[in-house]
Amino acid sequence: MDADPRFTLSTGLLMTKFSDLFKGSCLAVLLASAVPVWAQDSNSIIFVQPVEPQGLDPTVSSPVAAGQVTWQNVFEGLVAIDRDGRVVPQLAKSWTISDDGLTYSFDLRDDVEFQNGVHFDATTAKFTLDRILSEASTNGQKANYTAISDVKAVGVTTLVLTLSDRNADLLYWLGYPAAVMVEPSTVDSNGTDPVGTGPFKVTEWRKGDRVLMSAWDGYWGDAPAIASLTARFINDPQAQAAALKAGQVDIAGNLNAPELFDQFTDDPAYTAVVGAGEMEVIAGMNNARPPFDDQRVRQALMMAVDRPSLVAAVSSGYGTAIGSHFSPASPFYQDLTEEFSYNPEKAKALLAEAGYPNGFSFDFKVPNRSYAQRSAEILQAFFAQIGVTANIQSSDFPAAWIQDVFKDTNYDMTIIGHSEPLDIGIYARDPYYFNYDSSDFRAKMDKVATATSEAEREAGYRQAQEVLAQDLPALFLFSYPKLGVWKAGIEGVWENGPVPANDMTDVHWVK
Amino acid sequence: MTRLLTLFRGLLVTAAVLLAASLVIFLLIDAAPGDPAEIMLGTSAQADTLAALRHELGLDLPLFSRYLSWLGGVFVGDFGQSYTYGVAVGELIGDRLTVTLPLTVMATALAVAVSLPLGVVAAARPGRAEDNLASLFAQIGIAVPNFWIGLLLIVTFSLNLKWFPPGGFPGWEAGFNAALGSLILPSIALALPQAAVLTRVTRAAVIEVTNEDFVRTARAKGLTKRRALWRHTVPNALLPVVTMLGLQIPFLISGAVLVENVFNLPGIGSLAYQALSQRDLIVVQNVVLLFVAIVLVVNAGTDALYARLDPRLRARK
Amino acid sequence: MNRLPKSLFIGGFITAAMVCTAILSRFWTPADPTGMNILQRLKPPGPAGLLGTDQIGRDVLSIIMSGAWTSLGIAVVATVIGGAIGIGIGVMAAAKGGSVERLVMALNGVLFAFPPILSAILLGALLGPGGLTSMVAIGVFMIPVFARVSRAAAIQIWARDYVKAARMAGKNDVLITLEHIFPNISAQIIVQLAIQTGLAILSEAGLSFLGMGVSPPTPSWGRMLAESQTYLASAPHLVLAPGLAIAIAVLGLNLLGDGLRDLTDPRRRQNT
Repeated sequence: MDADPRFTLSTGLLMTKFSDLFKGSCLAVLLASAVPVWAQDSNSIIFVQPVEPQGLDPTVSSPVAAGQVTWQNVFEGLVAIDRDGRVVPQLAKSWTISDDGLTYSFDLRDDVEFQNGVHFDATTAKFTLDRILSEASTNGQKANYTAISDVKAVGVTTLVLTLSDRNADLLYWLGYPAAVMVEPSTVDSNGTDPVGTGPFKVTEWRKGDRVLMSAWDGYWGDAPAIASLTARFINDPQAQAAALKAGQVDIAGNLNAPELFDQFTDDPAYTAVVGAGEMEVIAGMNNARPPFDDQRVRQALMMAVDRPSLVAAVSSGYGTAIGSHFSPASPFYQDLTEEFSYNPEKAKALLAEAGYPNGFSFDFKVPNRSYAQRSAEILQAFFAQIGVTANIQSSDFPAAWIQDVFKDTNYDMTIIGHSEPLDIGIYARDPYYFNYDSSDFRAKMDKVATATSEAEREAGYRQAQEVLAQDLPALFLFSYPKLGVWKAGIEGVWENGPVPANDMTDVHWVK
Repeated sequence: MTRLLTLFRGLLVTAAVLLAASLVIFLLIDAAPGDPAEIMLGTSAQADTLAALRHELGLDLPLFSRYLSWLGGVFVGDFGQSYTYGVAVGELIGDRLTVTLPLTVMATALAVAVSLPLGVVAAARPGRAEDNLASLFAQIGIAVPNFWIGLLLIVTFSLNLKWFPPGGFPGWEAGFNAALGSLILPSIALALPQAAVLTRVTRAAVIEVTNEDFVRTARAKGLTKRRALWRHTVPNALLPVVTMLGLQIPFLISGAVLVENVFNLPGIGSLAYQALSQRDLIVVQNVVLLFVAIVLVVNAGTDALYARLDPRLRARK
Repeated sequence: MNRLPKSLFIGGFITAAMVCTAILSRFWTPADPTGMNILQRLKPPGPAGLLGTDQIGRDVLSIIMSGAWTSLGIAVVATVIGGAIGIGIGVMAAAKGGSVERLVMALNGVLFAFPPILSAILLGALLGPGGLTSMVAIGVFMIPVFARVSRAAAIQIWARDYVKAARMAGKNDVLITLEHIFPNISAQIIVQLAIQTGLAILSEAGLSFLGMGVSPPTPSWGRMLAESQTYLASAPHLVLAPGLAIAIAVLGLNLLGDGLRDLTDPRRRQNT
C-alpha cells in the first residue's frame, strides 16, 4: 500500500478544520465567561416549574402540570381559588344557590374577551362545562363535576346549573384548573397554543425547556405589573437551586429539595419562605390482602414509625408529621398525630394479638423517585424493629406503578405523595388502590356532600379524618412544605400552596 | 457492475435490519406495563374518560394495525403525533436535535482535537514519557463514567467557579454565546471517553503504519522523521480512527442520554428517557428507530469506506 | 516471555482487591451499610466514618464496600450471559458458514445497532427495575460484541491446515470446535471477558443512576451518585467516593484485559 495523494490532501484539510474548530471553541469559552449568561430585567419574571406539562390546556388530560403553568396566568374560571384556599368570584361576578342546594345560578361578567377577540358569555361557559361532562371528555377531573345534570345559558350573562345531588364541594371544583373557561373554536389547539381570558398570552413553547408568556393588553381586569412571564422546566432540584443561585430564574414557588433550601434562608439576595403545602406522603396498603386486612396490623405498623425522625431524614426536617389524610394547608386540617404515635413495644404486642408474634414479611413496591425510595428505606428499618420484614421492590414511575399498584392493586404496601387538595374522598372510592371498604367513612363523606352549611361541611371533613386515623387504610406519614425561594425585591408570590399552581398575576418587582 | 450489486445488497440488508428493528422496538415497548392514557389523565380519572382518551389516541386499535399505521406513516415521512405533547413527532425530534446535534458534534470535535495529537505523539515515541502519559489518559478516560465527570464539572465550574451555567439550555433564540456556553460542560463530559478510545486507536494505527514499507522508503529517501510522520504515516493511519468514530456512535448516543440527564438539557436523549417513562410510545418508537437507523447508516458507511480504501480487505472477499 | 506486562500486574492487583472487598463486605464492613443514624447525617469524612456519612447517616465506606459486591455481581453475571450466548453464536456462525452465518450475523447486527444504555432502559421498562433486569439488559446487549470477536477469531482457526484436515477426515463441526477452536480462541475471549466486565460495571452504574438498577437498600454506586446530585454543594464527599469506586474498578479490569492481551499476543506486545 502506498500513500494516496488524494487522501493526504483531504486529510490536511481535515486537520485545519479541526484546529479551527478548537480555536473556535476556546474563543467561545472566553466569551461565555466574559458576558454574563443571565441578564436581569425588572419587567419580566422567570419561574421554575419542575414538571413540563404534556399540553397547556388544563381541561384535558394532564391536569396538574398544565394548570401549574397556565391557570390564572392564561386561563380563568367562573370562580377562582385564592392564595388562602377560598373560593372567590372571577368570570362570574356573583352566584346564588337554591335552598335545596340543587340549583346554582351565576351572574357572569359581560366585559370579558378571549385572547382571540371572541366575547365570553353564558354560551361559552355552557360549552365549557358541557364539554367536561360529555361522553368524549378527556378531562381527568370529570368525576368532580358529574353532580351537574344540566347546564343552561339564560340570556347572555346568566348561567344556571342543575344538580342531581347536593354537592357542597362543587363550587370549589369550579375554581379548580380543570374547569377553566375555553373558547369553542380553540379547543383543538389549546394544548399547544392556548387561548384564555387571563392577563398573559402564551407566545412560544420551547418544548423541553420553557413556555414564554407576555402581558395581554385586552385583559378585562387590572393589567399585571410585569410584561413578560416565563415558566422554565427544571426537574432536578439541584439544577433548580443552581439556576436560582446563578440568577437564571427569579422564582421557585416550591423548591423540591429541602436539603437545598438552607443556603437561601440566610442569603439576603433571596426571600425564602416555608409555606404549607398540599402534598401528603402516605404508605398505602392493600386493605383486601392479609395481613393488611386486619386493622390491628395496620395500627401496629403505624406505631412502629417515628414520624418526626422520618421527616428529619427525608426532608431535612422541613415538613409536618400527619395523622390522617389532610395536610396543615387544608382549612379543615385536624392534628391526629397523637393517635398511634411511635411505640414499638405496643406495636409488637398488638401484632402478637393479631396473630403475628414473630412478625411477617411483605413486598413493598416503591416508585423509583428519590423521596419515595428514601422514605421506604427508613420505614423498612422501623418495621424491622417490630419483626416485620419489608422487601423493597422499585417500581418504574409513573408507568409501571400506575399499572401494577394503582390499577391492578397487585401490591402489599406502596408509598406515594398525594397532592390534590380536598382529595380525602378517594378513600370512599370503589375501586381505588387501597381496596378500603368502610361504610362508616362513606357516611362521613355523604355528610360532607350534602352539607347545607359551611360548618356542617367542615364537621364532616373533620370526622372523616378521624375515621381514617383509627382505621389507617394507609400509613399517614408527613406533608411536604411549600419551600418558596425568590429573588429579594420580588413581591406577590403565593407563600402557601392550597392549589398546585403558580399564580403570577400579582407578582411584581419592588423598585 | 458487481460494485453496484454489492451496494444494492448492502442497502437491502440495511433496510431489512431496520425493518426487523422496528418490529422489535414496537413489540418491546408495547409489552411494557403502563397505559399512556392512564398516565396522561392522572389518578383521578374515571373509566369512561380513560376510554375516551384511548379512543382519541388510537390505542384501542389492534396491535398489528397500530404497527402498520406507524410503519406506513414512517415511509411517507409522517411519524405520528406525540400523545403527551400533542405535536408532530417529527417536529419534536427536530426541536430536540438542535441541542443534541451540536452537543455530539462538539464532543466529537473535542475528542478528535485531543486524541489525534496525543495518539500521534505517543506513537512517535513509544515507551517514553509522552506515551505513558497518553496511555494513562486513555485508561482513565475509558474507566470513568461520563455522568460522574458531568457532576464533577458542575461542582467545579458551575457551583464553585461560576463560569458556566449548571445545566439547562436557554435556546438558540437566547443568543449564540449563551446557548453554546450551556453546551460546553456537557460536551466535555461526553467527549472524555471518546477521546480516550480514539487516543488508543490513533496510537496503535500510527505505530502499525510506521512499520509499513512505504514509510520506511520515505525515510530512506531522506525525509525527516517528523515530515514522514505527518505526510505519510498519519494520513494513512486515519482509516481505523474514522472507523472507530463510526463504531462509537451507539456509545455516543448512550452517553448523551446520561449527560443530558445530568445537565438537564432538552435533547433527544432526555426526550427518549422522558417519553419512555410517560409511555409516550409513539415518540419512543420513533426516537429509538432513528438511533438505530443512524448507527446502521454510519456502520454501512464506514464499512464501504474501509472496503474502498483498504485493498487487503477487498482481497479477502 | 521473561517479563510480565506491567498492566497485567497493576490490573490484576486492582481487580483482586476489588473481588476481595466484595467478598469481605459479605462478612464484615466497618458499619452496617443499611444502618441509618439520622443524627449523623451528611457528615464529611472524619470520626463519623472514614468516607463520611450519607443523607440518612449511613457509613459511606461500608456502602461503597457492599456496592462492590452488587456491581461486580451484576457485571459478572451479565458478562457470563452475554459471553455464553455471544460466543456460542459466533463460533457456530464460523463453523457453519454460508447462509446460516449471514443470517446469524445479520440478526446480530440488529442487536448491535441499539445504543446500549437506551436499550437497557427499554428492557428495564419492560421487566421493571431490579438486579435481574440489569443483568439481562446489560448481558443481552453484549451478545453482538462477543459474537463478532469469537467469530472473527474462530474463522482464523478454521483456516488452519490441521483443522481443514480434521474436517476432511470427517470429524464433525461440534467436535472440531471443542477440540481445536475453543482452545485456540480462549485467550482472545478471556481478554474480552475482562474488558466487557468493566464496561458492564459502567452500564450498571448508568442504569442505577437513572433509577433502573437494583432496589434499595441494596447498595449501588450508580444510585449513590444519583442521590448525591442533591448534595453537590453541601456534601461533595458523596459525589467523589462512588465515582472513584466505579472508575478504579473499571480501570482495573481494563488493565487486566490489556495485560492479558499483551501476554497472549506477542505481536501486539512488540508494539507496546
